[in-house]
Amino acid sequence: MNRSTNDASRVRRELMIRVIREFLNDTLAADIDRIPCELRPRDGKFSRCCVYKDRAVLKYRLMALLGIGIETETDEAKTLSAYLADALQRTGKPTEILSVLDVACSHCVTSRYLVTNACRGCFARPCTFACPRGAISVVGNQAQIDYDKCIDCGKCTQVCPYHAIIRVPVPCEEACPVGAISRDETGRQFINFSTCISCGKCMTACPFAAILERSQLIDILQLLKAKRKLVAMVAPSIIGQFSGKLGQIAAALIQAGFSSMVEVAYGAEMTTEHEAKEFFERMKKGDHIMTSSCCPAYVEAVKRHVPQLLPFVSSTPSPMRFAAQSVKAADPDAVTVFIGPCVAKRKEALSDVNTDYVMTFEELGALLAAQDIDVASQEPLPLERDVKGYARGFATSCGVTAAILTEAADAKGIPESDRPEINAKFIDGLDRKAVKQLELYAQGKLPGNFLEVMACEGGCVGGPCAIGKVTLATEAVKKAASGQH
Amino acid sequence: MKKIKVEICVGTTCYVLGAAELQELERFLPEELRGCVEVSGVSCLGSCKAGSYGQAPFVRIDGEIMAQATVGGIIERIKSKLEVAP
Repeated sequence: MNRSTNDASRVRRELMIRVIREFLNDTLAADIDRIPCELRPRDGKFSRCCVYKDRAVLKYRLMALLGIGIETETDEAKTLSAYLADALQRTGKPTEILSVLDVACSHCVTSRYLVTNACRGCFARPCTFACPRGAISVVGNQAQIDYDKCIDCGKCTQVCPYHAIIRVPVPCEEACPVGAISRDETGRQFINFSTCISCGKCMTACPFAAILERSQLIDILQLLKAKRKLVAMVAPSIIGQFSGKLGQIAAALIQAGFSSMVEVAYGAEMTTEHEAKEFFERMKKGDHIMTSSCCPAYVEAVKRHVPQLLPFVSSTPSPMRFAAQSVKAADPDAVTVFIGPCVAKRKEALSDVNTDYVMTFEELGALLAAQDIDVASQEPLPLERDVKGYARGFATSCGVTAAILTEAADAKGIPESDRPEINAKFIDGLDRKAVKQLELYAQGKLPGNFLEVMACEGGCVGGPCAIGKVTLATEAVKKAASGQH
Repeated sequence: MKKIKVEICVGTTCYVLGAAELQELERFLPEELRGCVEVSGVSCLGSCKAGSYGQAPFVRIDGEIMAQATVGGIIERIKSKLEVAP
């Protein structure tokens, strides 16, 4: 399933707007327990079996918005206002980002292959021959699969002339590139956090919106209200997320309560410079390959699943780290909030002392909508510093490589003879196949000496928490990268 | 023939609640409607204010406001307009 507007994303964004608005109006503590009832009144419409189930699901969604993991619930009767009080007291951040809302999970059927009624019970019966386990028999003019024998190989689907045998996937399992989500003994989907790379693909894939991310909204709102010096570090992919120019986004952020806006693209300049140098050094040293390191879900995937590739992952800090470092160096009292389309950045930020909080584009959109701030009608602010176009290009697939190539072309102080040729390869979107490919890259079995990996298809613009359409956002970023913003 | 004017609100609230998707309306317009419609973006129409943000995204079709607009819904509206006044 594509990330696009649907009932699930609408409900999620509406809830965010509601929570933010009430928090800023000081009414949240009094009203939060009413929200599920108000949104699903007894005589109103419901989208699951009844309004009561909808309310239960909404309660858990609100819990995740408060940053509380569904798994941590020990008392079902605990009210949202009590959870809110906890959230307002806490100082730490959740170490696990995703959370399965088992009440909303529809427990998709495990049987992967299904004979549909398009089966004509034909004379040739190729399915019965194709099956290596003899799991298919024809009973009463319909092919039947014996699931005790079926090994999910899919050979039957390939031979049926009527395409009558289909594969019914479990969307979250299908989307997970590393097999970290599966069903436990009780039949519930569950995330194995020791293998999960926090990419957020399961979250976008689930048609029941049963996978949630634990938000830091409340923590940020609390600081916003206390008028702390919050610096908004916006990811390069912000271009194309809101209708309006960067200078207008800066103005909107300040109106929303931030003290200033810093482009993470500025950090991307430093990443590029550093990474190009590192590439030269590694090639000189005799490494067969170096890979990018700015995508946190990819780096987690290497650490947890392809450790043999880890020595070849660039040690250059990500644009976020560079940007946060420079903000903190200039003002140690500033509180840094990274704003991007990414779930995995929440995980990366946990290990970065300079990045205090992470917020998504969706959450920023909700923050602006909650305060009736319209980006396009802002008077644009001058940007504090100019950023090289290629650094803005980091947000799209191949953008990192383009930046490295540009940087390498005018590498200062390095004689031409010492500059190795760059043979760049790309992995645009991590899936199971791509993870297998990573193993081959580690072994040097695939061509290329520079590998750029983006966990999301299309790059950051295709992130799970983006607002803009990938196609249009890509165009906008490319335009900005060529200096037209 | 006068073209039907479709203005998509690109105000932030509408954008967040679905207008980002509507930017692709022109791509999904059926061939026969292309010549009869003029699509443009419009700055905040103000319809989202006063707590009615749940009705966003808003679109203005020949001066009439349409709430909770979707690509499919807009195309239906255009078609029914053409039927009334060909």
